Amino acid sequence: MSPKKIILRFGKDISTKPVIYHLAKDFDLVFNILKASVDPYKEGVMVMELTGEKYEQGLEFLKQEGVRVQPLAEEVSWNQEICTSCGACTDICPTGALHINRPSMEVEFESDNCIICKACVTVCPVRAMEVKF
Amino acid sequence: MAIEKTYAEINAKIKSGSVVVMTAEEVISLVEEKGVSEAARQVDVVTTGTFAPMCSSGAFFNFGHPKPRIRMQKVWLNGVPAYSGIAAVDAYLGVTELPEDDPCNSNYPGEFRYGGGHVIQDLLSGKPVKLEAVSYGTDCYPRKDLETYITLDDINEATLFNPRNAYQNYNCAVNLSDRTIYTYMGVLKPDLGNAHYCSAGQLSPLFNDPNFLTIGIGTRIFLGGGIGYVAWNGTQHFPGIQKDASGASYGPAGGTLSVIGDLKQMKPNWLVGTSFIGYGTNLTVGIGIPIPILNEEVMRCVSVSDRELFAPIIDYSKAYGQRIPGNLGFASYADLKSGKITVNGREVITAPLSSYPRAKMIADILKEWITSGDFYLTEPVRLLPSHKDGITAKALEVKDL
Repeated sequence: MSPKKIILRFGKDISTKPVIYHLAKDFDLVFNILKASVDPYKEGVMVMELTGEKYEQGLEFLKQEGVRVQPLAEEVSWNQEICTSCGACTDICPTGALHINRPSMEVEFESDNCIICKACVTVCPVRAMEVKF
Repeated sequence: MAIEKTYAEINAKIKSGSVVVMTAEEVISLVEEKGVSEAARQVDVVTTGTFAPMCSSGAFFNFGHPKPRIRMQKVWLNGVPAYSGIAAVDAYLGVTELPEDDPCNSNYPGEFRYGGGHVIQDLLSGKPVKLEAVSYGTDCYPRKDLETYITLDDINEATLFNPRNAYQNYNCAVNLSDRTIYTYMGVLKPDLGNAHYCSAGQLSPLFNDPNFLTIGIGTRIFLGGGIGYVAWNGTQHFPGIQKDASGASYGPAGGTLSVIGDLKQMKPNWLVGTSFIGYGTNLTVGIGIPIPILNEEVMRCVSVSDRELFAPIIDYSKAYGQRIPGNLGFASYADLKSGKITVNGREVITAPLSSYPRAKMIADILKEWITSGDFYLTEPVRLLPSHKDGITAKALEVKDL
């Protein structure tokens, strides 16, 4: 089977547990971590590619451990025509995908760094961020 | 010899095509390089700009009379109520007004997707807007209800009239509590998780005329992509000088402007309907004001840079809402724009709500209008109160009845 991209979200109670280690050891899954971050409140987000015979069992294990699993099928898009470069999203975006280019102060969006958390979608005052499926 | 220029002399230069115009950003380096006197000799007009949410905004409409006539008692535009306690088919739509069926914060934090500001932007975009009205019926105005669609072209007048815009300076908002808060200053993360500010700083109109030497009643301005005028001082016009506990000065505090203009010649990209999650709706307004360089003192004022302008840092989890005086210090706009400031000894990331790139575009557009002879300056009928007038804010005392 080909690798599947998934997003894992951890609460602060899980971020100290070695759940990814168990994916490899107990389920013989091959993982490739694309992005990982733990915010100051110990809540973590990880985007990874995952392959192996016991893929479904591995996902079940993650869910039992309290990890929220989501396929990376959605996409957040930036409507540059609507965006006013106000910047209100840039300190809400957890990965810096939305950031201010200095000194021009123009807002930029690097979709490769987006982990589809959708925080920007509700925060954007002019609704320039849209979720696409 | 002291430099003195009159409005008439500057307008004559606009007419002859010899006027020299710079933006408030460009003039900073000129003054650093050549000094105030030489800069004042060379430059005739400095343009400013700001593009930010401005809550105290709205528009007056006259819809024209239907047959039979109606004395509109209640009016809705796309479901958003407008104030109609004026003449028969006149109404005022405020930008923070919400549809009557909006769930508001009952499902906290509410989304506030559509409000008065969005109706104004829809009208400017040429979209048909649903007009509903009801009345009690009179002998002269027999109709009791009405439902139709209007466009901006269909109606007699649409006048943007904003009671308070273009804040001279504004708070830098932070959150000292342990939960995320949703404010008109955006989403503030707990425990000093971020800091939001809202000013164009060195490009902002009233930062460049801190003593109100040139901006007054009748000043012609860029408003919402078209031409507008300063109508009066804004509400809550408190043009004081902010000071810290030791008495050190941190520059202008909070003068404001009331502005007016024909909505029909404005543009939807310069008047943008805006939503703040958990707070409500708004209108992001583009304003640009030309400052005539009448003398060296005016030039000295417009040469101010972000390093010399300061926002007071205010806790919006408690101090703001509870009206607890004081602040957590001051942050320069240079630091705010850098992306990091220090609050209570900690590094805090910053983000603006006011678009500096759009403010710069406005200052550039206004410069182009003046240089090409399409925009002349007006001498104010009367100047506005300044810090010398000692205006202070009154609080509303909630009396025991």
